[in-house]
Amino acid sequence: MLADKDRIFTNLYGQLDPMLQGARERGVWDCTGDMIALGRDELLTRVKASNLRGRGGAGFPTGLKWSFMPKESSAKPHYLVVNADESEPGTCKDREIMRNDPHRLLEGMLVAGYAMGANTGYIYIRGEFFSEASNVQKAIDEAYKAGLIGKNACKSGWDFDIHLHRGAGAYICGEETALLESLEGKKGQPRLKPPFPAACGLYGCPTTVNNVETVAVVPEILRRGVDWWLNLGLPNNHGTKIFSISGHVNKPCNVEEEMGIPLKALIEKHAGGVVGGWGNLQAIIPGGSSVPCLTPDVCDDVTMDFDTLRGLQSGLGTAAVIVINKDADMIEAIERLAHFYMHERCGQCTPCREGTGWMYRVLKRMVRGDAEVGEIDMLHDVSKQIEGHTICALGDAAAWPIQGLIRNFRPLIEERLSTDELKVAAE
Amino acid sequence: MTPRFQTTSHPRPETANFSLSADRMAQAKRILARYPKDRKASGILPILDLAQRENGGWLSKEAQDFVAELCEVAPIRVYEVASFYTMFYTEPVGEHVVQICRTTTCWLNGSDELTNCAKQKLGINLGESTPDGKFTLIEVECLGACANAPMVQVNDDYYEDLNSERFELVLEALESGKSLEAGSQSNRLSSAPDGGPATLVDYDATNNKTQKLAAFTPPEAK
Repeated sequence: MLADKDRIFTNLYGQLDPMLQGARERGVWDCTGDMIALGRDELLTRVKASNLRGRGGAGFPTGLKWSFMPKESSAKPHYLVVNADESEPGTCKDREIMRNDPHRLLEGMLVAGYAMGANTGYIYIRGEFFSEASNVQKAIDEAYKAGLIGKNACKSGWDFDIHLHRGAGAYICGEETALLESLEGKKGQPRLKPPFPAACGLYGCPTTVNNVETVAVVPEILRRGVDWWLNLGLPNNHGTKIFSISGHVNKPCNVEEEMGIPLKALIEKHAGGVVGGWGNLQAIIPGGSSVPCLTPDVCDDVTMDFDTLRGLQSGLGTAAVIVINKDADMIEAIERLAHFYMHERCGQCTPCREGTGWMYRVLKRMVRGDAEVGEIDMLHDVSKQIEGHTICALGDAAAWPIQGLIRNFRPLIEERLSTDELKVAAE
Repeated sequence: MTPRFQTTSHPRPETANFSLSADRMAQAKRILARYPKDRKASGILPILDLAQRENGGWLSKEAQDFVAELCEVAPIRVYEVASFYTMFYTEPVGEHVVQICRTTTCWLNGSDELTNCAKQKLGINLGESTPDGKFTLIEVECLGACANAPMVQVNDDYYEDLNSERFELVLEALESGKSLEAGSQSNRLSSAPDGGPATLVDYDATNNKTQKLAAFTPPEAK
């Protein structure tokens, strides 16, 4: 279990003052000027050496992502955009950072912005987070007033402006290019890549989009040292991570833990165990709705890190653990997700636009037992036709939970369908 | 303001019956100042939100046209945005828009119960408004407060850790205009485990003050 002294988010639950004075007492904004004084190359070297992987779901190395930004500044400005459009079902970690520790995010933005030569940073926050947005805006105003951001931020000689932009309710805007479209005042429809945002992003200028948690941990890594960070977690999966644990657990919560903590320990120590005991477990979705579910036998000793979970044909994603016990209907749990993706698709690519609705309708019939056994294979086949055939990853994200259901719970579906066939025959 | 699109085949924007209050107009100007001068379109989403508040919770065609004028774009650019995002309503809604989260985590924790409770209490179905115009009831997708499921959003506020009894109290308070604290309805501290945080209990967070950045040895030097 992670020791309290190794926690970064010391005000995760809002026990203390979230605003500037409280943040300063907790060590936020300490030595920020010194970080910038290291220079761009040294900063990039340190972030790369820390092996920090993006906390938004894909786990891409952050230092590497930053280094894709053009080295020489041209006539075009560079932009840092923070993705605070947290909408992945199960995920509720960035919300806690923004309402209880917003200054960590702002400090991280200044450092990240400097490292990529950006003088402007936008925070794209999901529109539903109204009080969180008010809180972040309050923190931005405080930081400007204290000279921490704005002209000559933290007396570093670097100018950095931060603006907040509220979205208006669209999961797809969590996809980085859809987010940029939305920030430009358009419908949130993902762009074709390449060009990647680092070459042509917001307003056609070099842009890097990072998750809230990724940006917020950077200053602390630099302050405490890369070695401290590397000593936590597992090889290639270092540091700490905020886990959101929800669903059928006795005490759902957010908690910051070491990367690579065993899933069972995470649930039993922090979330009070599965409702009805570990034996009552049916499945766990380990990383937000987009990743395939795990069965109980796997959950016994799996560790929570990017590489282990990928090896099991699942993923760490946003580290949002959704626990489902045997009292719930597993097929309906996934049907709800299928409805989610059908509702949140942007409508650009045919396989996803038509396929997500089709998959939802089939699953809805399967929940009632009103389908042929042969349709299971057809459903799997259709999900394969969507996966990888769309502009963005929403198509994949819609297909994976269904593939996970079929892979792990085929007998359950078959039983449901054939029982009903028998019933129909008897009538 | 002179209409910009009078010579095109677009119908002329109808902004005559709509304007923002002086306060909101000042806010709109501040919003536009966040973006580069030639990128006023970036203000469409936040200013549509202001217009929706001005217009009693929904966006009339006039309101959308007004935003188009302000952001200097063709009206269609605003219409397509207003119809794309779920937080914009293009038809009148009640004073309180009750949005019940229906996605997996909330469903596992009893969101169906909440929907039934609201239907019964308000006497309307999903997608309907009460005749007195007080409530509109809808189901929405994940609102990002899963550790506090099931939850409901009413206008700007989240009501978390609900069950039927607590939800009824929320609806009653809204109905009678009684003040009501948003957030957890079971007295939980944000998303800490029920009964209080199990981490950082006796920890003094001021121990984390830093005087000097930690030393760094590049990996290849080791």
